[in-house]
Amino acid sequence: MARVQNISRRDFLKQSGATGALVLGAAVVPGSMVAAVRAQGVGMSVQPNLFVAIAGDGVVTITCSRSEMGQGVRTGIPMILADELEADWHRVSIWQAPGDETKYDPAGKDGQNTDGSRSTRHHLDVMRELGAAGRYVLEQAAAKKWGVDASEVYAKHHRLYHSASGRSFDFGEVVDAAADIAVPTGEVAPKLKDPSQWKYIGRDMPGVDNYDMSTGGANYGADATIPGMKIAVVARAPVYRGKVKSFDATEALAVQGVEQVVEIPALPDDAPAEFHAMGGVAVVGTNTWSVLEGRRKLVIEWDDGPNVGHDSGTYDDQLREAARTGGHVIRDRGNVDEAFAAADKVTEAEYFVPYFIHTPMEPPAALVDANVRPVRVITSTQSPNETRQYVAASLGLEKTDIECQVTLLGGGFGRKSKPDFACEAAILSKMVGAPVRVQWTREDEIRNGYYHSASAHRMKAGMDANGRVTAWHHTGAWPSLIGLWAPQVKTGHAIEYGLGLIDTPYNEVPNLRIENGEADVMIRVGWYRSVNNIQHAFAMNCFANELAEAAGRDPVDYLLELIGDADVMDLKDDGVPEHWNYGDSIDDWPIMPKRLSNALRTVAAKSGYGKSLPKGHGLGLAVHRSFHSYVATAVHVVVHDDGSFRVPQVDVAIDCGRYVNPEGVRKQIEGASIYGHTVAHSGKITTSKGAVVQSNFHDYPVTRMSNAPLDIRVHIVEDFVHLRPCGVGEPGVPPYAPALVNAIHNATGKRIRSLPIGDQLKSA
Amino acid sequence: MISMKINGISRQFHGDPNMPLLWYVRDELGLTGSKFGCGMALCGACTMHVDGAAVRSCVTPVAVAEGKEVTTIEGLDANGNHPVQRAWRAHNVPQCGYCQSGQIMSAAALLNANPDPSDDEIISGMAGNICRCGTYQRIFAAVRTAAQEV
Repeated sequence: MARVQNISRRDFLKQSGATGALVLGAAVVPGSMVAAVRAQGVGMSVQPNLFVAIAGDGVVTITCSRSEMGQGVRTGIPMILADELEADWHRVSIWQAPGDETKYDPAGKDGQNTDGSRSTRHHLDVMRELGAAGRYVLEQAAAKKWGVDASEVYAKHHRLYHSASGRSFDFGEVVDAAADIAVPTGEVAPKLKDPSQWKYIGRDMPGVDNYDMSTGGANYGADATIPGMKIAVVARAPVYRGKVKSFDATEALAVQGVEQVVEIPALPDDAPAEFHAMGGVAVVGTNTWSVLEGRRKLVIEWDDGPNVGHDSGTYDDQLREAARTGGHVIRDRGNVDEAFAAADKVTEAEYFVPYFIHTPMEPPAALVDANVRPVRVITSTQSPNETRQYVAASLGLEKTDIECQVTLLGGGFGRKSKPDFACEAAILSKMVGAPVRVQWTREDEIRNGYYHSASAHRMKAGMDANGRVTAWHHTGAWPSLIGLWAPQVKTGHAIEYGLGLIDTPYNEVPNLRIENGEADVMIRVGWYRSVNNIQHAFAMNCFANELAEAAGRDPVDYLLELIGDADVMDLKDDGVPEHWNYGDSIDDWPIMPKRLSNALRTVAAKSGYGKSLPKGHGLGLAVHRSFHSYVATAVHVVVHDDGSFRVPQVDVAIDCGRYVNPEGVRKQIEGASIYGHTVAHSGKITTSKGAVVQSNFHDYPVTRMSNAPLDIRVHIVEDFVHLRPCGVGEPGVPPYAPALVNAIHNATGKRIRSLPIGDQLKSA
Repeated sequence: MISMKINGISRQFHGDPNMPLLWYVRDELGLTGSKFGCGMALCGACTMHVDGAAVRSCVTPVAVAEGKEVTTIEGLDANGNHPVQRAWRAHNVPQCGYCQSGQIMSAAALLNANPDPSDDEIISGMAGNICRCGTYQRIFAAVRTAAQEV
């Protein structure tokens, strides 16, 4: 809970651009309300967060402290506050906060890192409290002006009313009387609305940036300018941890508009990659075209370094072998070995999911002026405070020496939570003595990214004479994203286990073992929209479908029997005392099999599952819990004689608990399905002699309108809407690929066990 | 020197005639609504109109525009109320928004050439524009809506 403060008279507001007469902030000390109150008592050493300002003209300015990358956060989070405040949405403006977690992290949980589908679930409560506090102060101010008791005053739709006399004020008319009104806390804290009184929360709201985005007026990192700025592109080592041996810039420097060619020093061999600049040769000049031309004319000899042996052909086989070998048991229920020995039938299958790269439409770009204090960073970042931290490290400064302004992000998908590109701009700005904007090309983004981890999965199940699964054994192997910090790591991390593996939801299976094999990290592995959930959902949903066939059962009925309808699945019962639950308490967001089954039943009904389909058509279903949400996807596929296919309809049921903007939920699920379609159909990064083979959209094809599903129907499950909000941005991705692959099996009888589908149906 | 009109204003370009129109417009004129996405005419984020036809400005040399009328997203309609722009907002199309300038310019050119496109013609006309947020079904619906108005 936040302590809301009336901070109208504080000086720092002037720097923040908030000039309202009434300004409210929230003092939050993570995890410690008591400390915040005590700090207040000794003169307020805790900096209050600035969250809402109301000006004399009545305009309400709400701070958005989260990065907008298309997930609708600049609409959804302010909606909550506006609702409790009783503001008129048409008189609300949104102010984007710069990076400063001491001022702009009202929930005190994420340090403004917009990642992990966390924004709504971590901000619903605090934004409601802030809105209610604002309404309280306005009501008190109106009462003071009228000389009546505040209990006789109420706020409604941007006005304050005194029922007895019929008088009313606009919000703006009372702010002059509001500046000194304190906000009570504890039992007398301003009351929140009953959900039945909400006017925005739970209702459709269009995006606040739609006008700018439809007229070319929206500004992204690549659009940022500072007078005197230079533009730079960087030639980077083709192999992870490779270095410049020597280079010749003669021809590059002859290009009109190229001013300097400088080397960004390679990160020292013993320093983990993290989000640092890796080094390279930078061409700096007056415009983008010139520096691109200059880069083409560089002659560079590279030292490829230790990962030159990273070759997809052999590496993928090593992952498959590691998935057969296993070695690290992370969850063990019952006795799998005995169950296999006693089984009537044992089925095995192997699945493989390759590396992917994010390809946000805006390639990374950052503008930095390192020659002023504080250092000025303007960039499209998911994590402005980690950007400050890593830029500071690049420059040998403190984080507090760096300010970071957050632009709109032209897509993020996890790529833009890793600020290596801002570090490059910072180093170059210092070297050339001017502000520098580093522009990545598509080739840079695809060849020098942070890759979604490739993974192999060996699945084995035993069933009794009635076809019931008595034993389930899943072994996965993948290079860990923890390699960014610990390059020698060979096993997965608790976070990766928590991404849909250790919490395998087949709660009705009496004997269950989840195991992890070892793998070397030979590339920058990073997180990607929904992360390891993609491969975990793929392997388990496809394998469950195979088992249904082996048992001669309907695959949806069979999946429902594996999951069951228990209220809660507690991994403590399986010898797992603790596990990563998306950074949240398992008591607040438990694993609830009944919600998974409910989502699956919902999508089966909505998609018309069970009806007979024409030849070549198939319907496939999959369901997965991730980021606390329960999402079931039904894909209808038509496979043509030549092996090509199209998807005429997709139905998705999402149970995300309490939701704020249903239109935002639908858009995220539509988009996640398309993102999942690329994963299923065409996404594949391979390496040869350590270097990424693909380079642009011709050889890393992504879903276009011509092969996209254009009839995605989103069904928001209302049954558990009274429970806490869950993630929405990512959970739509994981169930899509297994649903499509199961649909293809339904249509053709062919099993796809390795993604992407690519031409596998054509070679049949 | 290359002379052209950009959004109705006469412009003279004195630099390398091979410079793509995208970089002239973005870096030198400061019109940043047209976006860089691939540099190979594969994604459509940079789409502009040259004499009314859609071009991928990331691979179109400035020299190609000599004596022609170039329109960018900023010049499509003075108030941002071209039927395609209005349809985009009515269908709540944008997510991150980065590709939408190019999508809108492709759709406007499509409807300019073919005011009553079939579903297949919309799909083939828009297939050159990538959206990684996955707004395709709303784009499709918005183009249909706009087609009723142009």
